[in-house]
Amino acid sequence: MIDRRALLRLAAGAGTASLVAACGWDGGNAVRPLLLDVSRFNDWVGEKIFFSKNRLAREYPVAERTPSLPSYFISPSMPVLQNPSAWRLQVAGLLREPQSLSLEQLQAMPRTSYTVKHHCVEGWSAIATWHGVSLSAVAERCGMLPQARYVRFDSFDSGYSNGWDLASAMHPQTILAYGMNDNPLPPTHGAPLRLYSPTKLGYKMTKYLVSLTFTAERPGGYWEDQGYPWFGGV
Amino acid sequence: MTAPPASPPSALPVKRHHWIVRLTHWLTFVLLVGMITSGLQIYGAYARFGERNGPFYAPNPFQNHGFPTWSRLGGWLAGGLNWHFTLMWPLTLGGLLYLSYLAASGEWRSLLFRPRDIRGAIEMQKYYLRLRKDHPPQGKHNPLQKLAYTFIIFLGILSVLTGFAIYKPTQLSWLTALFGGFQAARYWHFWAVWFFTAFLIVHVVLVFVVDPASLRAMITGWYRGRFPSHD
Repeated sequence: MIDRRALLRLAAGAGTASLVAACGWDGGNAVRPLLLDVSRFNDWVGEKIFFSKNRLAREYPVAERTPSLPSYFISPSMPVLQNPSAWRLQVAGLLREPQSLSLEQLQAMPRTSYTVKHHCVEGWSAIATWHGVSLSAVAERCGMLPQARYVRFDSFDSGYSNGWDLASAMHPQTILAYGMNDNPLPPTHGAPLRLYSPTKLGYKMTKYLVSLTFTAERPGGYWEDQGYPWFGGV
Repeated sequence: MTAPPASPPSALPVKRHHWIVRLTHWLTFVLLVGMITSGLQIYGAYARFGERNGPFYAPNPFQNHGFPTWSRLGGWLAGGLNWHFTLMWPLTLGGLLYLSYLAASGEWRSLLFRPRDIRGAIEMQKYYLRLRKDHPPQGKHNPLQKLAYTFIIFLGILSVLTGFAIYKPTQLSWLTALFGGFQAARYWHFWAVWFFTAFLIVHVVLVFVVDPASLRAMITGWYRGRFPSHD
């Protein structure tokens, strides 16, 4: 009887699941690839079904800001520029006009400010204000080519990087932030420039930026390559 | 604790559960164990509720306590997330298949608790409290069973909806707001775990104490117990 056989398989599965749980197991080499395949499918669902390029994240009154916003970096000590005036953002890849932009040049572009909720993959959330230039304006300035499908963000924090889908990168609330809570961006939060968007989880928003590259191939990322969801949209 | 039969015991086994019901029942059990254990792994990354450094006015006995290794699935946060975001698909699809079967077969009539079951539920409770000697007549399920099964369906729907509210708080902000915000949605999603766990314990105890024949019925579909299999 097919039903009975299916149920036996299920019972075996139940036993396995209990054992699996009993060991704090991660799935091992047998299951991990399958989980990552589903994670790729979830990336697709996140981008194509849930994400809307026009839907804006809710903004909050400044009075609702959280007293402090946690931050982290992967380097042994906080990454700080030796010579801040020499810093340039390299905008490269599939562009008509790749450019190297100084902080003054970025700050001279139209300024975007918003107070939004930050969602961390760990489960905490916090409200802060961010000031910067919209990434789509930078893409326009450099003449983004139609072949561009992804953006890769690189940092001077021990090679920390992220890859983004173009739709999220061009969202009106995706900015290159040089300010936070009415002040210049502090070193703890990625000075002089970081990526910010209320449509992504915290780990997707590269701090200590040095370059962004428009690509046709999907770039990896520091946490993404270790198994965290690639799309990371909220 | 033996109850007098509500109807004469059937000499011949009767068909009690459709294969869709049996399949989704056991599938849900296995997947729910996986969802809860991977969920406990995820909870450990931020074992409290409320905005960072902000207050949250709701009780949580598990505040700032991670769960022991044996109860967690995934090994670390990314593993827990990937298990959770994988098992959610078959669990939700199985739930939809089950609900579709209930609707299409008309089986919902003998399962869902309706206002007309209130009187019967009181009588059933009296019987369990020994305030009434004879077992009230019942259909496939007694009114208290209907109440429990209706509650667990409601809890399943609530878990899926609060799950979506946590998964996409920006894209589905209306849903997240419906549950009182991101942190409140996390809170209700977490509490669903303990209601599921409590239900599971009571459910298994009652199967063995009141109607052991129902276990075989949920496996093979055939029932030789003392309760009716149809309304």
